[in-house]
Amino acid sequence: MADNTTAVQDNDQPLMQAEGLGKNYGRLSACRDVSFALYPGEVLAIVGESGSGKSTLLQLLSAQLAPSAGKVSYRMRDGVMRDLAALGEAERRFLFRTDWGYVHQDPVLGLRMAVSAGANVGERLMAVGWNHYGRIRDTATSWLERVEIDVERIDDAPRTYSGGMRQRLQIARNLVTEPRLVFMDEPTGGLDVSVQARLLDLMRNLVSELGLAAIIVTHDLAVARLLSHRVMVMKGGRVIETGLTDQVLDDPREPYTQLLVSSILPA
Amino acid sequence: MTDKPMTAMIDISRAKKTFTMHLQGGVELPVVGGVTFQVQPGECVVLSGPSGAGKSSILKMIFGNYRCDGGRIGIRHQGALVDLASAEPRQILSVRRATIGYVSQFLRAVPRVATIDVVAEPLISNGMARPEAQARAGQLLRRLNIPERLWALPPSTFSGGEQQRVNIARGFISDLPILLLDEPTASLDAANRAVVVELIEQKKRADVAMVAIVHDDEIRHLIADRIVDVTSFASAA
Repeated sequence: MADNTTAVQDNDQPLMQAEGLGKNYGRLSACRDVSFALYPGEVLAIVGESGSGKSTLLQLLSAQLAPSAGKVSYRMRDGVMRDLAALGEAERRFLFRTDWGYVHQDPVLGLRMAVSAGANVGERLMAVGWNHYGRIRDTATSWLERVEIDVERIDDAPRTYSGGMRQRLQIARNLVTEPRLVFMDEPTGGLDVSVQARLLDLMRNLVSELGLAAIIVTHDLAVARLLSHRVMVMKGGRVIETGLTDQVLDDPREPYTQLLVSSILPA
Repeated sequence: MTDKPMTAMIDISRAKKTFTMHLQGGVELPVVGGVTFQVQPGECVVLSGPSGAGKSSILKMIFGNYRCDGGRIGIRHQGALVDLASAEPRQILSVRRATIGYVSQFLRAVPRVATIDVVAEPLISNGMARPEAQARAGQLLRRLNIPERLWALPPSTFSGGEQQRVNIARGFISDLPILLLDEPTASLDAANRAVVVELIEQKKRADVAMVAIVHDDEIRHLIADRIVDVTSFASAA
């Protein structure tokens, strides 16, 4: 944690790099010609409306979909940049289980609903070789506290939890292995506004305390403003505008971005 | 002029800004052009000109919040010159972290975050330990007459004047070499205006370069080392 700021400031090597990335479904192009570099500790928001290609892009970046064009490279912990498509099974497993997190919009997809909250968090640790029950439980307990879940509820299954609690549990489950990169797909979608505010504040603190890099897909520009350093605006499968988040939101250049920004209803 | 070594903290030359309003049929809205001035360490430059002349836009260009359509915004950052008009987002973030602070007119409060943490956050994100950062935040809040019983509450429920003082505390807490002030005293009473004038004096003694917008003639007179009239920049746009 003490190295947090130096990681942000001095790390001049990208953590992830996309080059000419595209995905076609038959003749339909869901996403095309996307290139960017993500640096350690940097939070990138991908914004756009439904059908803009942002979810497809997230799946390409997180190696859940194979690209039709271009490639994604990731800097492994040994410092070597590797093409995701060329990784071996053990390396892929390492990424999915340890070095990456993936927060789904629907926590049901990211949690095991029938096992206890403690086990949901502990499972990720056991997958990376932890085997001391007491240590696993202690770590799970401290993570529940960090995401503001009452520790009394550690033995309850998440199906007894509210939507906001489930989402916070999903975040704890993802962060317990200290990943360097977290993907988030509409993390506040489907939650009440008051619950959203609490979750956003929590995510904002965790991301900055842990020096995490994150790629967040959202259609909510307020979420992008609160959480991200940089933003990419997508439309029709392409990135149409990119830049510093406050720059793009306060001084949008493209017609579509101007439309998105001007469509926000003032509270 | 370009081969002279740069000693100014801010060196703006022929900067230009135009808005293209695509939703209004692509109307071009010229804001400013030919913006040229420098700010030395320890100097407070006040921008003057009628409302709508582009004063706030110039501040936002210096902060990298508005993009430039031409010219140069030279900033001395960690011993080197960075041109914010052409800098990468990461460079701009680095400049904001280590070099330029910005006190806007309004506080953009994060829901649920306590006032003391809103103020302490710039120090914490630059690596200071939380207790020390909070102690410094407390000193500043006390100086700006925000009662201690409010520190644990989020500022979203505060009055306009209280929110502005929280915003000022947050803007003044870091020891950054450049500070941009957009109407820092607008909704403050006389006692608190005097505190802000003192804070600005203190920054000058610490060699901080400042650019300010103030409408109050008395305050302007108290803080300005030099006045730059932006009317000519507006007509050059």
